[in-house]
Order: sequence, then structure tokens, then C-alpha cells
Amino acid sequence: MSQKQYWKGLEELNDTTAHKEAVENEFKEPLPFDLGGNLLDASTPRRDFLKYLGFSTVAATLAASCEMPVRKVIPYAIKPEDIVPGVANYYASTFVDGGEYCAVVVKTRDGRPIKLEGNKLSPVTQGATTARVQAAVLNLYDKARLRQPMAEGKEATFEAIDRSVKDALASNTKSVYILTSTILSPTTKEVINQFIAKYPTAKHVTYDAISYSGMLQANEASYGKRTLPSYHFDKAQTIFGLGADFLGTWLSPAEYSKQYAQGRKVSAKNLNMSKHYQVEANHTITGAAADDRATCKPSEMGAVAVALYNAVTTGATPSLASKKLNTLVTKAAADLKKGNGLVVCGANDVNIQTVVNAINAAIGANGTTINWAVTSNYKAGIDADMVALTDAMSKGEVGAVLMQDVNPVYDYYNGKKFAEALKNVAVSVSFAERMDETAQACKYVVPDNHWLESWGDAEPKTGYYSLMQPGIAPLFKTRAFQDSLLVWAGAATTYGDMWKNYWTSKLGGQSNFDKALQDGVINPAGDMPMGGGAFSGNVSAAVAAIQAAKPVSGMELVVYEKVSTGKGGAWSNNPWLLEMPDPITKATWDNYACVSPKKAYELGAELTSITEVVNAKKVIEVSANGQTVKLPLVVVPGMHNDVVAIAVGFGRDAKVGRAAATGKDKFGKEIGGKNAYPFVSYNGQNFAYSAGVTIKPTEETHDVAITQTHHSYEARPVVREYTLADFAKNPNALIEARNAEIGHYTTLPWEEHGEAHGGEHAKGGHGEEKAHNPVDAATAAAAAIVVDEEGYRKNGTLYPEYESPGIHWGMSIDLTACTGCGACVMGCQAENNISVVGKTHVLKSQEMHWLRIDRYFSGMPNDPDTIQTIFQPMMCQHCDNAPCENVCPVSATNHSSEGLNQMAYNRCIGTKYCANNCPYKVRHFNWMDWNGADCFDDNLYEDYRRDDVNDDLTRMVLNPDVTVRSRGVMEKCSFCVQRLQEAKLDAKKKGEPMKDGAVRTACQSACPSDAIVFGNVNDKDSHIAKLRKENKERVFYVLEQIHTLPNVNYMSKIRNTDVIVGGNEATDGLYKDHI
Amino acid sequence: MVRSIAQGMIALVFTLFVFNLPAIAAPDGKALFQSNCASCHNPLKDATGPALKGVDARVPSKEWLYSWIKNSASVISSGDKYANDIYAKWNKTAMTAFPNLSNEEIDAIITYVNSVEPPKKDDGAGAATTSTAKDSTGSNWIYSMVTIILLALAFILWRVNSGLKRVANEKDGVPNVKEIPFYRNKVVIAMTVILAFIFAGYWITNGAVELGRQQNYMPEQPIFYSHKVHAGINQVNCLYCHAGAEKSKHAMIPSTNVCMNCHKQINEYTGAEEHPLVTAEGKKIDGTAEIQKLYKYAGWDPAKKDYIRDENGNIKATPIEWVKIHNLPDHVYFNHSQHTAVGKVQCQQCHGPIHEMDEVYQFSPLSMGWCINCHRQTEVQFTSNNYYSIFEKYHAELKSGKRTGVTVEDIGGLECQKCHY
Repeated sequence: MSQKQYWKGLEELNDTTAHKEAVENEFKEPLPFDLGGNLLDASTPRRDFLKYLGFSTVAATLAASCEMPVRKVIPYAIKPEDIVPGVANYYASTFVDGGEYCAVVVKTRDGRPIKLEGNKLSPVTQGATTARVQAAVLNLYDKARLRQPMAEGKEATFEAIDRSVKDALASNTKSVYILTSTILSPTTKEVINQFIAKYPTAKHVTYDAISYSGMLQANEASYGKRTLPSYHFDKAQTIFGLGADFLGTWLSPAEYSKQYAQGRKVSAKNLNMSKHYQVEANHTITGAAADDRATCKPSEMGAVAVALYNAVTTGATPSLASKKLNTLVTKAAADLKKGNGLVVCGANDVNIQTVVNAINAAIGANGTTINWAVTSNYKAGIDADMVALTDAMSKGEVGAVLMQDVNPVYDYYNGKKFAEALKNVAVSVSFAERMDETAQACKYVVPDNHWLESWGDAEPKTGYYSLMQPGIAPLFKTRAFQDSLLVWAGAATTYGDMWKNYWTSKLGGQSNFDKALQDGVINPAGDMPMGGGAFSGNVSAAVAAIQAAKPVSGMELVVYEKVSTGKGGAWSNNPWLLEMPDPITKATWDNYACVSPKKAYELGAELTSITEVVNAKKVIEVSANGQTVKLPLVVVPGMHNDVVAIAVGFGRDAKVGRAAATGKDKFGKEIGGKNAYPFVSYNGQNFAYSAGVTIKPTEETHDVAITQTHHSYEARPVVREYTLADFAKNPNALIEARNAEIGHYTTLPWEEHGEAHGGEHAKGGHGEEKAHNPVDAATAAAAAIVVDEEGYRKNGTLYPEYESPGIHWGMSIDLTACTGCGACVMGCQAENNISVVGKTHVLKSQEMHWLRIDRYFSGMPNDPDTIQTIFQPMMCQHCDNAPCENVCPVSATNHSSEGLNQMAYNRCIGTKYCANNCPYKVRHFNWMDWNGADCFDDNLYEDYRRDDVNDDLTRMVLNPDVTVRSRGVMEKCSFCVQRLQEAKLDAKKKGEPMKDGAVRTACQSACPSDAIVFGNVNDKDSHIAKLRKENKERVFYVLEQIHTLPNVNYMSKIRNTDVIVGGNEATDGLYKDHI
Repeated sequence: MVRSIAQGMIALVFTLFVFNLPAIAAPDGKALFQSNCASCHNPLKDATGPALKGVDARVPSKEWLYSWIKNSASVISSGDKYANDIYAKWNKTAMTAFPNLSNEEIDAIITYVNSVEPPKKDDGAGAATTSTAKDSTGSNWIYSMVTIILLALAFILWRVNSGLKRVANEKDGVPNVKEIPFYRNKVVIAMTVILAFIFAGYWITNGAVELGRQQNYMPEQPIFYSHKVHAGINQVNCLYCHAGAEKSKHAMIPSTNVCMNCHKQINEYTGAEEHPLVTAEGKKIDGTAEIQKLYKYAGWDPAKKDYIRDENGNIKATPIEWVKIHNLPDHVYFNHSQHTAVGKVQCQQCHGPIHEMDEVYQFSPLSMGWCINCHRQTEVQFTSNNYYSIFEKYHAELKSGKRTGVTVEDIGGLECQKCHY
């Protein structure tokens, strides 16, 4: 089976010259050695070498000379009772970002929060996290956070501001507004009510940067409730996503990813799998996970919704823009009608959402996959309210506006107008944690605590509560925004007391409160109730409105949220998230305009942008809604050919932070990207996140750091994918393929007829002889459904076997479950002190992520509807016969009796032979002193944007149990060995064998879809051992045929679709049909 | 025969030397005393609490003693006269309750404290060792003298021989080869240079390997805190102050409030006669003045016998900036609890005779070779700790007699990522 048709990028598909060179070259930059000609004539001759050697030896000797520094050990003056230095404490808390919710457990070491994990007690998120949750702890230590309140741009005290604000509010006769993002906290709502009670002219307006107003309004019209239902992707048999990136950014991705994965646990015994259709304009991770995917222009979303509605209700044949859309809608309608269907839509449009509600009502989703008995509170902002507020401010009708967790100057569609209008407001207060664009325009800035410094609560779903407790005392002179409101309302209590009283009385006593605080969540007894709703929306009016909308001809723009940086806010200044490769484009640090390969070709971008190997990307000029920006063009297969997509969260002001700031770097190159919010428009009812657009190529280029092509397998097959139907028909296809590849080596020729191996082992190619005897043939056939891994392990090599007498660690990664969201990458980064290298060095392929997610496309680049995308998390495979170990001249990398491929940094001399010999390309060399870990002070690498990671404040996030690596050493995934050691120690202290599940790697616990399983394979009852045995039809090892014996196995990708494009002989040649 | 007697003697002397206590005490009682009582009580002297020797005879009854130890507060509140007198006599310092101690355990403790005798001054074993050492130095000196004399003799004979040869040559008419002085002899020069290289290389390598190691490092500390006085003479359990040693990677330097648990009562050093405090440089130390230093750090007003507090009621304490003696490089992960709680290693094995040190010094080299060596030799608690039941192969080997024990090395204790990650 040819797997050539999985391609990482177009350059691999086309095998361009640049790509060939990049694959051949180990290092992206030319090496500083002159290797040709006479050695003495070379620019670095031998004598110079000897001089340098001599000099550096002497210098090192002097630098390290005899004086040892006197180190102090300073104990607590009075030790807090619950802290034991060196032992981590865990506190349950709640992550809230706008309306986005995640129940978390905060790990603190010596009083510092250093890691967040999902809280499994929450029935909402069930222990899932997202990349942003994992990276949130870095925001706490953000150097750009405000350190004291500000009044009119100058440092001020709370007392002074309290006095002036109170006076101003008392004498104010105009209206007062509290403008917030969606508030999940019941006590905060209580505080706002108290404030409104004191100032009766005050009103509360909710504004969400990425609005779900259309949905809320449609739900109000359809079901009489201006709220969002709970979705149950786990109960859905057919899922239809219409522009909703519910696995990446839509509403509550952690919750939905967890549910979605539960419906897709396939094995040979359990072939039940949900069917996911996705129609979208750009390429999202939800689209990549979909079984069947088609693209449409954003303006056609309404037509697709109507077509689906008609197909479901009347069986009408759709006549949409493309044939694929028509067949997909027809098939989806048939599947949805079978029951347990679910349609979700990302459009912020009342009419489309009304039609979607009608479809869900028609297929009986209400009460089965859509729950109206328990509603979700994630979003509450109504667009018209915000527009009205801005107008009122412009007219000078507003006396005071208090803004919490909103930044309209940056993210409102008409931010300029809002900034102008703000000048008409006498008292403008921002509670922003940093000097963001809106805070700068405000008279007073009274910074709120970070949520990791706060008491608080959240009600993500009606009746389901979650408590927030601080992991650390406030680092700066900040104050809970609720406290500010209470002080200004003249209340006598603090928010902390009020919050505690509220919960103690609500829960009935101190002990219940303590238990709730410890658990972090308060759930109603029993399972989540399920309830439907009676649809009473006006479908015909909605359909008429959709059909009356003027079609947009030509190119269209989609403004989208990135999985990593989201809506912007603090995330724009988070170096971890900025360096996290975007799941689809694999680009870091920048924003850019995504276009399809065909469109890029038409724009004449082929030479620079069609291939990811070349860093310099053509810059295009994008004009819409009277705005024009210039952005580099990034080619994304699977984008609609007439769509250009730009992410929000970039183009920030310099005061937002170093990493986010727009401007020029020291080489005069533009950094920080462009703000895409001005492309949003208001259609009189809702904000529209798409628009007709004109694009124009320019002669400029801009470097975009894309990581996907940094590592090459030189076209060896590494992913295995089957349709559900094929898998059902022959579950053993993968076993047969593996036997064909390694079966030759499982038995030694001279033992072939021996008793020991005879009947037990699969023979592969050598089995033929036996087939002459009918009895033997039957045995061989039965044996063929297993892969003789033990035989291959023993007989496939000359090297002796490593024994694992106690524990043997193993990991399994399910490619069907993996959505590519990147939570694991961020979890690993936070746990293992992974260095941030900055864009300059990502461009040189020197990123340090121990865990990367490889993205493969298959299909025809010209036709976005044929593109299938697959993700493969790739980290050190901890080979039992590791190629890296053999080549290390100093044995800095070697094998442990627990199956770990160990890396001893202090032994490494940086020859990089191991990285060269690693077939998986998972080793990373510290080319620079990224973290100031060298003993020489002046070696620290600086590039401005990433420098804050080395600030004393930011370094508080480092995990003290993991060495901070210095320049000149190799590093790679350690299977979170610090966690393994800790778990073993705990078990030894208890005097009992380690329990399965007692240790979870950082990537495993971060994963929202449970794709990663880790444990001791020597323990036959462990999850991992059982999984490998019971789901053996899907198990494979990457590059197994080279006898590396990895301890990481993968589970094949099963797609519930008709045809797998990649590596399919029937579609061979398809890929050739392109530009 | 003679040898085994000698070994026995050495063992006995060693035991006396280390513990300086009669070896007949009930072992149970001693351990219990050290872990529960020693932080406040001394068998022979008054400390935070009264001296305990003969306590069973002093108190009203044995039952009274049991209930007092298990919960003294309830005895006091019951209005018991003896209890209230004692409480008042000791400045109303409440004794920690020990509800977990059984009557038998309390009996064992009492038996132990009654068995304790004042230490004897005489120390014959030490002197004997010194004299043997002197003998051996003496013979070394004789050997080197003999060697030097013999070398000189060889040199003289060689000169005489070559002189005679020259004379003989002249007599025979054979021309004499012009003699090259040895310092210009190429062979000699070459040999010297090679030797110099070897020695210099050896010296530099050793020096480089030793870089950053601080065996015997004994810095001056902000307070002259004597481990000998606390852990040795007064038998305070190590874990009373270093409470993290069985829980955490850090043994933990105690915070000042832990010191004050005892030093609220003990405000002077009374042992100066028995054990005068002297620094390594020979400077005399006033123990009482050192306690006063502690009060400064702890924010304790010795006159008022109370803490000095700020307006919020917080104690105005400042941490003591001790000089760190045991330094491991940043890339080494060392966990105290792994060794003490799991491995049952005694503190002294790495820290040396800490209970005899007035000023602490680094006893062990803390080099990797030293760690590795111990990991090679030390057996883990293989059969008593059920964690190791997963090593089925080793259990089978133990059963069959193929193996006598399981060392740290056998379970992977020499692998890099057990200590470096």
C-alpha cells in the first residue's frame, strides 16, 4: 500500500527542489565551517582552532576557578502549616475567560501556582482542558500586568480613586453602564445588582468580543428562552457542523471534545461510531476531524441550512453551489432523520440559527442531543445592546462606564467610534489587568486580580456550580473588581466575605462549604436531567430572509479565532501560545491570510508561498468594509477557493506586552500582525464575521515561521487510516499489513520448524511452506491475526534485549480521538519547562517543543472538498532498541530498565549525532541559552518579543523538579519522568504496588479527548496493556520495520466515510491533478 | 582467635564511643523517648520540661502518669493539685498530648529514662587508637630514612664505578667518551617531561573533578548552633526540626517558631562547664548570647516573655540566613524522603556523626561516585516493602537461592534518569 499520498504540505506533494534540499540538510542554516579545499587555507584553519581551544580552556578554568560561591539557605520565619517545602499542594479552582469555562486543579509548589490540570469531578468539563487552559498559568506571571491602579495615566492609590469615583458617581445625572463580558458568577451578578440598587440609573450590558447573539436571539424566538442549551455530542449518532468549530473555539471546546471522543471509541468489537458532517468556509480542526467535509462560502451558510432543512422536512434535493455540498447535505439529512442527530451552527445570524433550530426540532434532537432542561450560560451578549451603548456614549448621554474583561477599543467592530465615544464619558473605568487599548482610553484603571489570585464562582450550566479559590496572594496592588464595585456602592462587606457567606448559607454550613471548596464543584444529585423544548420559531420568515440576502460574488473574508490565541485579550501576550503551532497551518507567532492553493496560484504566490519550506511569504493586500491590511499569505489546502481567512488576537498595542506588540523588530521587520476586528460588520441585528473582500498581490514578502516541514520522514508511511466500513469488513487489515512488513523477521530461519515457535507465530512471507499442509494452513491463518511482536523483538536484531523486571512504561495514542487541538503541547510546555525560542529561531527549525503534532493532508489540493486531514502527536518514542543511544559518544542518552530512553543533560556534549540518527526527529538541540541557565551571564539569547519569559516574575512558573536546560545540550520527551518518580515514591512510602492510573503524563492529563493512555505494560491489568491486547486490530508502531521497538504505539485512524483519499489506490493519481 | 577478639573489642569501643550510653536500655523505650519526648525532656537535666529520670517515683501514681502523658490539659482542668503545681512551676507551658502512646510504651520509656546514667569522662579507646597511629608514623619515618640512605649509597657507588671505569680506560688507552651531565641527557629529559605530563595531567584531572565539591566545608553560621548540644547531649530527634526529611525532597531547615517551641523556656546555655562551646578557630562562644541572637530573629521579647507583633498581630520574625553546607548541582534530583522513609537510611550515614558536631561540616564528598557506590552496595527493603512485589523475577531468584539480596542497582538505581531530569 502506497502511503505517499499523505503529504505534510504541498512542497512534499510536489517534491520541490527547496523541499528536497530541506530534507537532505540536517541544519536549516549553513554551518559555520569551511569544509572545502586545503584545511590551512580555510577560513577556520586548524591553528585558529587550536588557539580558540587553548583560549577557551584557560577562560573556562579561570571562570570556574577555585572560589565557590557562598550559598544561603533561608527557611520560613514562621512556616505556614499546610506548606511542606518541596511538596506540591493542589487546590480546586475554576478557569473562566469571558464565558469560557473549565474546572481545574491548580498545582502549587512552595506557594506558586505552576500547573493546571482538569478537574474530573466536574460533570461539565470532566477533566478536559484546552491549550489555553494549560497556558493560563503563564498569564499570572505576565510582566505586562498592571502593578497598581492608575488615574489619568498616572499611578494612583485605591483610596484616591475610590474618593473621586464615588464623588463623580454621586453627582452624576446621566446614565451609568457596567459593561462586562459574559459573567458566569452568581455572586458577581449579586454584586452588580447591589451596585445598581445604589445607583438606579446604572445598567448592565454584556458584550462578547466573539458574539453568539444570533443564537441567543434565535433561541428566544424559537423556545422563549434567551439562553443556550446543553449539547450532548456523546449521545449524537449524526453530527452536522455548519461553520461551528466546536472542537477548537466554539462555546465550550473542552466539554465538547470530551463528549465527541466518547462517541468515537471504535474497536473490532464495537463498531458503533458517530458520523460527523462538517460544512465550513475555512479549515478548522473540527473540519479535520469530520468524516465528511465540504466547503462553502460564508454567504452560502444560510443556503446550506435551508437546503438541509428542506431535505430533512420535505426530502427536497438540494441545489447548492457544489456537487459535494449537495450529496453531503442529502446524505446528512438521511442520517439525521434516523434519530440522535445534532446540528450546530457557528453563524452569528438570527435567521440561520432559527433554521438550525427548526432542523433540530424536526429531527427530534431536543431532548436527546440538545438539552433544554439544563441550559448553558457561556454567552449572554446581545449585539444591539452594545451598539446602542456606543451610540448613547457618542451622543453624550452616558455619565459613567465601568468596564470589566472587555476591550471594545480593540475588539469592537467599530473600535475607533467606541474610543471617540469614550471621550464623552465623564467617568470611564477599566478593570483591565493590563494597559490594553481600552484601558488606555479610560480615566481610571483599577486592575482586577488574576483569577488564580481570586475567590469566586461560576455557574456554567444552570444549577451546576464551580468555586474559584486563589493559588497565590495577589502579586501586585490589584483588587477584585467586585470589591471595587462594592466599595463604590458603599457596601460594608468585602467580596470575599460576601462570597463566603453566600455559599455557606446556600450549601448549609461550614463543613459542606469546605467539601465544596475542596471538590471545586457543586453538582445537583444524580445524572444531568434531560429535557426538550417546543419549537415555535418562524421558519418561513427566516428562510425568506436568508433567501432575500444579496449574494456576495467573488472573494469572501472570514474572521476567525485561533485555537491558541482565541479572541485576544491576555492570550495575545502569551509566548507559549504564540509559539504553539496552529493546528492547521502550523504557523507560529504571526497572523496571516489563509487562502487555498488554487487561489494562491492565481495570485502568483507559488514561488514563495505555495511551499512551506520557503519562509518568505508573499504579502497580499486585503480590503473589506473600507479597511485595508497587508498580510502574508499562507496556503491552506481545504480552504474554499474563494475564501480568505484572518485570525483575530493580533495587531495589539505596545502596552499589551512585548510578545503581543505591533511594531518593527531590530531588523526593521514588521511584527505583531494586524487587527482583524475592523473587518467585522454590523448588519442591523448581529455582528457579521465575514464580508466580501478584494485581495491584491504585492511585491513584498514577510517571513512566517511554519513548523510542519521541519522534520521529514522522507515519505515513509507513518499514519494508518481506514474507513469504518473497511475496518468492519476486515478488521485485520492493519495486522496483515504489519505482518507483511515485519513477519519475515519474527522467526529465525533455523528455528522455523522448531517446536517452540512453530504454531504460535505469524509467518508473513515465510508462512507459505506451511500452507501445503491443510492443518498447518488453518493454524497459520489463525495465527496471522496477531503480530508476533515478541518474536520480532527477539529475532529482528543482533543487539541484546533490554530487560524490564519491574515496570515497563508504555503509551498509546489514538489517532481517531486526536483532534490536533494542541492542549498536550501546552501541557508539556508547562510541565517540562520547555523553552520559548522566538520567531527568529522557529524560522531556523530550532523550536524546542518535546511534543509536536504532525499534520498530514491527503486529497486533491485544487478541490478543497477532497482534502482529508489527519493529526499525529509525535514525541520521543522511547525505543527499546533506540538508534540514538548507539551513536552517542559519551553515553548521555541510554536506556533504563523501565523502558525509558534517558537523556542526561549534564553528560551531553552536543554532538547532535543522536538527533541525526533519530528516525522520528523528536530530539531538540539548545542552540542558544534560552533561559539564562548557563553559568556565563552574557550568553542569554534575546530577541525582544520572547524576552519576558526570562523575567524574574515569569520564571516563577518554572517547574522546580525539572532541570532548566542550558546551551549546547540535546533534550526530548522524558515521559514526564519526574511524575513517574514521584508516583513510584508515593507507592513505596505506602508500601504497595503502584496503582494503574496513579501516574499521568502531562500530555495525557491535558488531552480533552482521552486520546493518550499511559501506564505500566508489565501490569497485565493496566489500561494500556488491556488496550493493546483488546484493540489489537488498530495498534501500530511508527516505522516499526526498522526495529526501533518504540514504547509508544498508535491506534489507526478510523473515518466513518466512504473513501479514504490518502494511500488509496482507487484515488491514486488524484493528487497529480493539481496546479 | 586473637583477631576476632580484637574485632569484638573494636566494635564494643565503637558502640561506647558513638552512644556513650549503657547498651542495656530497653531498645523500644529509647526509640520512643527520642522520637516523642527528647525534644523537650532530658533524662538527667531540666530542659523545656523537667528531667525525667525517676519521674515514676515522683508522681502520685502510675495511672496519674499515664493520663498526664496522654492528655495533660484534662488532668490540669480536673483540678488535680500535683498537676496544677507542676503546670505553674513550669511557667504554664502546656505539654503536648500523646493520646497514641499505650501504657506499655509509656512503661518502656520510663524504664529507659531510669536506666540512663551520667556520661563517664574516661575515654581509653581514643587514646589507644592515637598511640597506635603514632607507632605506624614512626616506622614510616624509619623506612623513608633507610630508602634515602640506600639511594644515596647507590648514587655514590655509581659515581665511584664510573670514576674507576674512566681510570681503567685511560690506563688501557681507550678514549673516554665525553660525559654528558644527566640534566642534558635526552633520555632523562624525555622521561622527566613525560612524567611531568603524567603528574600534571593527573593533578589537573583530579582538580577538575573535584571542582565544586566541598567535603569538610564548615562555614561560619549566623548563630553558633551546636548539633552536639541539641541532637547529641539533649537527644532532640532529628525529625523534630528537620520535619521534611521523611515527607519531602528537602529535609527542611526549621523556621524560627520551631526553635521557639523549646527556647521560650530555655533562655540560657547551662552546659558550658560540661561542654564548653568553642569554634574551630578556638574562639570561645557564649551559648546564652547565641540564644539571644535567636530571640532577635524570632521576634521574641525575653523580658516580657512574649512575641513582638506588628499592628496586624503578626509576629515580627525574620528568617535566619544560614549558610548552605550541602550543595548539590542543579541537575541533580535528590529526595530525602526516598532515602529516609523508604530506604530507612540513617541520617548519619550521609551526614556523619552530626550529633557530635558543634559546627556542622560536610562529612561526605557528595560526589556522584559516592552516591553510585552506595547504590551498588545497599540493599532495598525488598521483602518488607510490598511495592517491590512487582519484581517477580527477583522474588523467584530469592526463593531459589540464586540471589541473596536486591540492591538499589538491581532495581535500576544507577540509571541516569533516576537522579537527573
